[in-house]
Amino acid sequence: MALPPEAAGQAAESHSLAGGGVEPKRREKVDHVVIRFAGDSGDGMQLAGMQFSTESAMAGNDIATLPDYPAEIRAPAGTLAGVSGFQVNFSSNEIFTAGDEPNVLVAMNPAALKANLDDVQPNGVIIADVAAFSDSNLKRAGFASNPLKDHSLDKYQVFEIDVTKLTTLALRDSGINNRAVMRCRNLFVLGLVSWLYQRPIESTEKWLAGRFRKTPEVLAANVRALRAGYNYGETTEAFASSYVVAPARIPAGFYRNITGNSATALGFVVAACRAKRPLFLGSYPITPASDVLHDLAGFKNFPVYTFQAEDEIAGMASAIGAAFGGAIAITTTSGPGMNLKAEAMGLAVKTELPVVITDVQRAGPSTGMPTKPEQADLLMAMYGRHGESPMPIIAAATPADCFDCAYEAVRLATKYMTPVILLTDGQLANGAEPWLVPDVSKLPEIKVELRTDPNGFLPYLRDPETMSRPWAVPGTPGLEHRLGGLSTEDQTGNVSYSPANNELMVRQRARKIAGIAREIPPIQIFGDANGGELVILGWGSTFGPIRETVNQLRSKGKNVSHIHLRYLNPLPDDLADKLRMFRKVMVAEMNMGQLLKMVRADYLIDAVGCNKIQGRPFKVSELTNRITRALEG
Amino acid sequence: MATALTRKDFISDQEVRWCPGCGDYAILAQVQKVMPELGVARENVVFISGIGCSSRFPYYMNTYGFHTIHGRAPAIATGLKVSRPDLDVWVVTGDGDGLSIGGNHMIHVLRRNVDFNILLFNNRIYGLTKGQYSPTSEVGKVTKSTPAGSVDFPFNPITVALGAQASFVARTIDVEQKHLGEMLKRGHDHRGTSFIEILQNCNIFNDDAFKDVSDKSIKAEHQLVLEHGKPLIFGKNRDRGIRMNGMRPEVVQLGNGVSESDLVVHDEGNLSLAFMLGNFEPPMPTPVGVFYCVARPTYDAAMNQQLEEARAKMGAGDPQKLLRQGDTWTIN
Ligand code: SF4
Repeated sequence: MALPPEAAGQAAESHSLAGGGVEPKRREKVDHVVIRFAGDSGDGMQLAGMQFSTESAMAGNDIATLPDYPAEIRAPAGTLAGVSGFQVNFSSNEIFTAGDEPNVLVAMNPAALKANLDDVQPNGVIIADVAAFSDSNLKRAGFASNPLKDHSLDKYQVFEIDVTKLTTLALRDSGINNRAVMRCRNLFVLGLVSWLYQRPIESTEKWLAGRFRKTPEVLAANVRALRAGYNYGETTEAFASSYVVAPARIPAGFYRNITGNSATALGFVVAACRAKRPLFLGSYPITPASDVLHDLAGFKNFPVYTFQAEDEIAGMASAIGAAFGGAIAITTTSGPGMNLKAEAMGLAVKTELPVVITDVQRAGPSTGMPTKPEQADLLMAMYGRHGESPMPIIAAATPADCFDCAYEAVRLATKYMTPVILLTDGQLANGAEPWLVPDVSKLPEIKVELRTDPNGFLPYLRDPETMSRPWAVPGTPGLEHRLGGLSTEDQTGNVSYSPANNELMVRQRARKIAGIAREIPPIQIFGDANGGELVILGWGSTFGPIRETVNQLRSKGKNVSHIHLRYLNPLPDDLADKLRMFRKVMVAEMNMGQLLKMVRADYLIDAVGCNKIQGRPFKVSELTNRITRALEG
Repeated sequence: MATALTRKDFISDQEVRWCPGCGDYAILAQVQKVMPELGVARENVVFISGIGCSSRFPYYMNTYGFHTIHGRAPAIATGLKVSRPDLDVWVVTGDGDGLSIGGNHMIHVLRRNVDFNILLFNNRIYGLTKGQYSPTSEVGKVTKSTPAGSVDFPFNPITVALGAQASFVARTIDVEQKHLGEMLKRGHDHRGTSFIEILQNCNIFNDDAFKDVSDKSIKAEHQLVLEHGKPLIFGKNRDRGIRMNGMRPEVVQLGNGVSESDLVVHDEGNLSLAFMLGNFEPPMPTPVGVFYCVARPTYDAAMNQQLEEARAKMGAGDPQKLLRQGDTWTIN
């Protein structure tokens, strides 16, 4: 999106949100809007945000979302620790991020206001549920006086709405109890915001119908609250006008709103279908990866086996067992879990069995910030095992890209008979974007041929091209053989402590992985294809902020380009040459400089880092500052 | 397979490398002898092991085999058996591999009741790492790592297995070839996880640890052979038995007014009895045989049934349809 963020939501000519009730209400056009829904973790803000995103996607906008929820499930109500937020950016242009600063903040209580106020841009809109601004709630949030009364919010446009009362009134005779009524407040707000931006609410009604199909009175109450909010916007005098964000120019096709974790799950299922093998997931629940397990548990008929293991090690170990038996075997985890799987991953390297290990990265070290994203597991993926145990590593750039990367991980694992690491992160996992649903038959082929011919069979006799060994599964007559973690002889796989043989095998495995570079597509430079002043090198979820920033700076005539990597091991063969075409190379990543180390070490290129370790994605403004300084320096 | 298999068919071409005199040889020989009697095609048999002396086992079986990593064999076997219920899976482990580093996997596989057989070679010592005490070594054991004697209270594999909700728990002895063979067959016939503790002599680091129950001259006085429905009698002259004295078991001499009808009758379906027998330590006799055996749904069958039901209800998965579900819309 070309607009600078400071102009976001303000492209309209006349802009008098707080004007008196002139009828009929005006509709004003804006290019894009960033809304953050914030409330207590029990207030249903994730749901409101997700549904609003879906409504916006269906209205033809490009969207990007950023959920931000507390790690503690039961932080005390009304406290800053318990604030849950969901930010959505919807636009009539192509967008790459959920936006730096919200134009609109929905604050369901004082804590939500306090936690998010600093991010709201000046003159931004704040919609607050006044009923929640009680003395005790204000105190819990650490306000000395009521910000709605003490003029501290004068630089914003504040709409004080008694959501609690209005919802209660709307549901007066709905027959549900007070607790259930309070749970409908988020739908009232969703209805109101939907009106404000002229979103169709049918998709939300349809979604509610599915969710509450077993409790008709709850369903009716939810729908009523949603409509009441929508109608309130239309009839109240508080809002002088609503806003229209025109549909984006999006390629024609069939779209689906998708989160990274869902896309990851789908990528694995579809890959297993293409390989004509069952899918087996061995996994131990861990934030933020568990949704992949949840999704896959619903796809049993494909068939998909989901084994909730006793621990992370067993998640990986069971996947190895399933791979030995001929399944498309995967395990899903986050950083702390991948630590624990390391030994078993080494066994998969040594026995050359295809297993995909997905690390949905989160902020570390140790337990860190479980719900916040980071990219600090790259070097663990590269080197975090004993001995020489190289593995292909690929990283997804956007939520929808998780589908392609999961699919590609299975393709590589089975083609090269190797474990593969897929890196995503908490931001991709829970973020959503519109996805042009692919035609399954047009996806790259995944051809799995299990060995059946005993003639000339040796467990480590390699394919001359890929260097992969045969996949010979138990149950096949005449191929009985033993695998193991001990060093083994070339071809036969018999235990061997021969020094020369050990080196031969280590080198063979390394060559096999390095050889994958052959099929990595040529690097696409966004910007100056023939080189220039500065190139930003990125990988994973930093794609959005980098692309947005580089796009904006280029439109201002700055000489900056962007290269984004999907393959991190092996690195693309043409990477070094491409980087050398630029006077300066900057590696932007959410860690202390891990890809930076690899690039410097492998290529002796004097690249510099641009790093953030706050459990939050880069802001466009941050990257802009950093790049501008680099261009000047 | 068309032709009947023999013991030879299960012997691999790899040289067996245990210490001369190790109890593992006898176990290997008996397993190779029993395999043809089980009526399973050789290509459907898989032996999976962890790390330790016992875990070398798969290399010597001419079946599919997997020598994995320390303690993880039950988890690896679970992944295999769940996704390949057609296979006949055996896990070979030891007291260190199965009860120390792999203790977590062991208890969870037992409660899940995945349909495979676990042979736990218990020699009450770490052999491969050359002689440290193990989680089944007795308190006071002097080893390389415990020169002043171990202060570590040991596990009893039988009661650990029972406590972990195992559905089949048995004990046998390396040198009792006939009994060992019977236990292997019983375990194999059982649907669910069969846990078989095999008392195994490590003649290098813990020689004669089970002398009382394996030495021909004295073993009859110390071995209590469990048989379902039969009274608990032992002794060279079969003249001693186990009687309940209130809630406590006691050894009684038959005769002088004590008859077989006063003795406890073994019942493989009685968990309390199994625990009681599992806790027998000298001077009580050492029970061998099946402590406990109950029918319980297996994890692998239950999971495959769920997959079948999903398939029956929703049809075989269609990937294109799957992708087109959820919040969708069309842009023209
Ligand atoms: S160390 Fe003991 S258990 Fe290991 S092979 Fe030698 S005798 Fe057998």
